[in-house]
Amino acid sequence: MDDELIVIDKAVVSYREDIALRGVSLKVSKGEFVGIIGPNGAGKTTLLTVVNGMGKLLDGKVRVLGHYLTPGNGNSLRKKVGYVPQVQNIDPRMPICVREVVMIGRYGILGMFKRPRKADYEIVDEALELVGMSHLSQRPIGHLSGGELQRVSVARALAQQPELFLLDEPTASLDWKAQSDILELVKMIHDTRSLTTLFVTHDLSCLPVTCDRVVLMKEGLIWAEGSPAELLTDNNLSRLYDMPVAVVESRRKKAVTVN
Amino acid sequence: MDFSIFGYQFMQNAILSAFLGGIACATIGVFVVLMHMPFIGVCMSHAAFAGALLGLWLGFNPLVGAFGVSLLSAAIIGPLADRGELSPETSIGVIFSLMLGLAFLFMGLMPGTKSGALELLWGSILTNTRSDIILLGIVAVVVVALVFFFFKEIQATVFNRDTALAVGIPAAIFLYGILFLTGATITASLRSIGGLLIFSLILNPAAAAYQLTYSMKKMFLLAAAFGVLSGWVGLLFSYFFNLPSGATIVVTSSVIFMIAAIFSPKRKVKGWQSQPLSEQEP
Repeated sequence: MDDELIVIDKAVVSYREDIALRGVSLKVSKGEFVGIIGPNGAGKTTLLTVVNGMGKLLDGKVRVLGHYLTPGNGNSLRKKVGYVPQVQNIDPRMPICVREVVMIGRYGILGMFKRPRKADYEIVDEALELVGMSHLSQRPIGHLSGGELQRVSVARALAQQPELFLLDEPTASLDWKAQSDILELVKMIHDTRSLTTLFVTHDLSCLPVTCDRVVLMKEGLIWAEGSPAELLTDNNLSRLYDMPVAVVESRRKKAVTVN
Repeated sequence: MDFSIFGYQFMQNAILSAFLGGIACATIGVFVVLMHMPFIGVCMSHAAFAGALLGLWLGFNPLVGAFGVSLLSAAIIGPLADRGELSPETSIGVIFSLMLGLAFLFMGLMPGTKSGALELLWGSILTNTRSDIILLGIVAVVVVALVFFFFKEIQATVFNRDTALAVGIPAAIFLYGILFLTGATITASLRSIGGLLIFSLILNPAAAAYQLTYSMKKMFLLAAAFGVLSGWVGLLFSYFFNLPSGATIVVTSSVIFMIAAIFSPKRKVKGWQSQPLSEQEP
């Protein structure tokens, strides 16, 4: 029972006038690596916002890391949840350097009126080292490429020393090399830090094939869940994405997968 | 030149007002520049102006009206900008036009001479009284103290509100705090600089500092220095050439911005170098 870090019970969430999640239930155990797959608009991102306490529940219950989520109590939870969003547009003149951006990951945990200490700088530098960005630590954040920005996002999430690691399409809009680098990095971090990871993507070629479990989402519902080998068949995917089997087959042959 | 003028009380008051107002306005400017919401300044200054006119019309202290109405507009802009239902420019534009309309409406309703209203539009730093300076001083100290004590939360919030929220910082509180501080600063500076001109004293020093540094701490310090410099140089020109002080202060701040933009290292092309970027010490 205590192994269940995330318990979502019939969650209903609306986004503007649409219902984004229509009664979704999901349990995730400690140490699992779960891939969440589905077409655009399936509710994948909304599911992540429910997990880190940003989504507004209309109905259902959500318990994450022992917190029952109610509106307004998300901040204490989010300090323990590392979140990596899609590549963000950053003002190239923004006066903040890479190391300071990673330090933002410590700010929530530090709390108000506390300045970062030596231990915090050590955690930040270690995270930068792990993602291979130490040499750019003094560079203005706006001067980085998309792949480098995502490494910094991963480092910031690591600086939180999180128990839960959420990634929302972290490889979208990156080139092939940067995509596979980020995937390898995420898998390596998941293993070495024994984290519990939720990885959202619409692009199957960007899913670490070593994930323990996949959750297929469509139209605000969980459509299927199970082991990747069982579920990720051409037949299933053609139904998930509403595309003919032959098209799915040819696309998957071209796709680059990462072990 | 005759510098005996600095011995007079009114000139000393003006110099002190320019110092305090310059620091407060420029600090607020760093927020609006980094959050890409420069028109919040325009909108709030017109809200303060409309509120002051309401006070003049109904016979209560114009500064109370200015403070009330600018806080009210902050309370309307905040949720609109926060939830992203409309683009911030659109929602700020709607509030701005309303405030401009209300200002003219109150001016039209006001009986008798409009000179009090025009004074608030142009400002007159040379007639500042002790109570004006105390108000400016309180606002400047509060603004600087909050930036000092909440620097890391402010840094995270102006960098990216979603990121700040994701690491467990109550970003919405800081956004509202910044909006309320903007209202307070504009109200306190209204009589010195004037409702029409105050926006440039908020924007220009911060925009100039923005051209020159990649460190947020330095940006705050540079902006404050430029704000004070604008005030003092503007004051000198106003006195020696007998020009309206609000206008000379604003023109000076614009000139400082232009000089900063011309000499900005951020505009230099880095492309042609003898060694690749990654091998260079940044």
